[in-house]
Amino acid sequence: MTGVPGVNMSQESLVEIRDLNFTYDERPVLTGINMTIPRGKVVAVMGSSGCGKTTTLRLIGGQLKPTSGTVKVGGQVVHELDAAGLYGLRRRMGMLFQFGALFTDMSVYDNIAFQMREHTDLPEALIRDLVLMKLHAVGLRGAHSLMPAELSGGMARRVALARAIALDPMLIMYDEPFAGLDPISLSIVGELIRKLNDALGASSIVVTHDVQESLKIVDYVYFVSAGKIVAEGTAEEMKHSTVPYVHQFVWGEADGPVPFQYPARPYGEELLESAVRRG
Amino acid sequence: MAKNCWKARCAVANGIARVLRGLGQRVTSRIWRLGYASRFFLAILLHSGTALRRLHLTIREIYFTGVLSLIIILVSGLFVGMVLGLQGYDTLQRYGSTEALGVLVSLSLVRELGPVVAALLFASRAGSAITAEIGMMKATEQLSAMEMMAVDPIARVVAPRFWGGVISMPLLAALFSAMGIFGGYLVGVQLIGVDEGSFWSQMQASVDFREDILNGVIKSFVFGIIVSWVAVFEGYDAEPTAEGVSGATTRTVVTSSLAILAADFILTAFMFTGT
Repeated sequence: MTGVPGVNMSQESLVEIRDLNFTYDERPVLTGINMTIPRGKVVAVMGSSGCGKTTTLRLIGGQLKPTSGTVKVGGQVVHELDAAGLYGLRRRMGMLFQFGALFTDMSVYDNIAFQMREHTDLPEALIRDLVLMKLHAVGLRGAHSLMPAELSGGMARRVALARAIALDPMLIMYDEPFAGLDPISLSIVGELIRKLNDALGASSIVVTHDVQESLKIVDYVYFVSAGKIVAEGTAEEMKHSTVPYVHQFVWGEADGPVPFQYPARPYGEELLESAVRRG
Repeated sequence: MAKNCWKARCAVANGIARVLRGLGQRVTSRIWRLGYASRFFLAILLHSGTALRRLHLTIREIYFTGVLSLIIILVSGLFVGMVLGLQGYDTLQRYGSTEALGVLVSLSLVRELGPVVAALLFASRAGSAITAEIGMMKATEQLSAMEMMAVDPIARVVAPRFWGGVISMPLLAALFSAMGIFGGYLVGVQLIGVDEGSFWSQMQASVDFREDILNGVIKSFVFGIIVSWVAVFEGYDAEPTAEGVSGATTRTVVTSSLAILAADFILTAFMFTGT
């Protein structure tokens, strides 16, 4: 975990987000976000679809620039970095996209070797050993010659996970890693996230709305609703939270602070109006 | 009465203002998009060094865009040449100059039909495929994944496809013309019975390397740049949905076809006027 130009490895927290605001087309997506991701920990960012979770990841990865506030990774303000600095930082980050985002024209092996070939001068024999080691870690060493189209959803997610840790990153970001997985694959991916984080000594951010699986593996949780942090704490604290939004989310209640009905005019008023129109 | 008249005038004025505003917005957005496409073109040129240094990426694209387009190019070239042979013979025999059939076929192909028709076919076959591939890579977050791996998609994905198209286009146009001349020969000499010696010797005497062949190659090179640029831009700028990719693919074929024909007129005006 040394030798990254500009990255301060002595700080206790790897990612620090302060007073972050992000507006898209004049619509506020994130408002006043403050988060800290300590080193070696797995932190979940939870919330319903469209609440700004993935946007947070994109801001940390430098794919978006904040409207105001700062995102610091390893002591560096991400949006102030030039292209070379940003790419240098990204070499120490791994990201697992929602549906894997594997390169469809490459085999599983080549997908994982991709970053090693792009960023290192390692001989092919050593790359082969490293690729097989990463695949072994996710239980798919035997699938190295398959193409992405030949993989099941769970397998594709595990290959994407192996690719995300190809260069032993200091920060791994997961965008909805459990979406669309069967219970067995879900459990495997969950366990892998925890084990790989601990084995690599990395920090992980898991953006998810899968409560049960993620609360089993994470150290800390941020709940986001409508672009704001509404609650935070350990997994145990969140399970017993009395915050109405958190309670509804954790226990999967259909109605609550997140209403069942999409905002509309009063139902009676609409019925009356159609009756009048019919004469 | 006066109040109603005033209201009607206001409504007309509002309507005109709305139309003008819509028109203005459309023009502005087109100009903005053209500017974005130009900046994108510059970015491709800036990243071309990386792409050309790793030649295997460009060679792979030459195979996908060039070699795999060979069948459609060769077959179309043959038929276009055969039709030229028939039509040319029919016209020339009215003036008793059927021996000039070789010249007519070859000049038509080398100067005009070869570069233009090959480019139109290339836009439909390879341009649309490039757009769809890059568009799908965007829709499935493969380009974002590449960015997050600190690999620039313009250098790794776009530039090799661009240069693959630019290099393939003149070669395909040359093969189209050669196949067309062979088609004209089959119909004119083998089928109709035009004198073989006149067919080839007049062609050799009349077709100038610089004036005709080189200008044709320049045309096809320019068309290669146009088609490849439009194809990679539309793919990269596509909305990341199935509908967005489909729209981008259609736009590639329509935009590049129109641009080819417009560029052909401009190039022809500069190259062949007064000769």
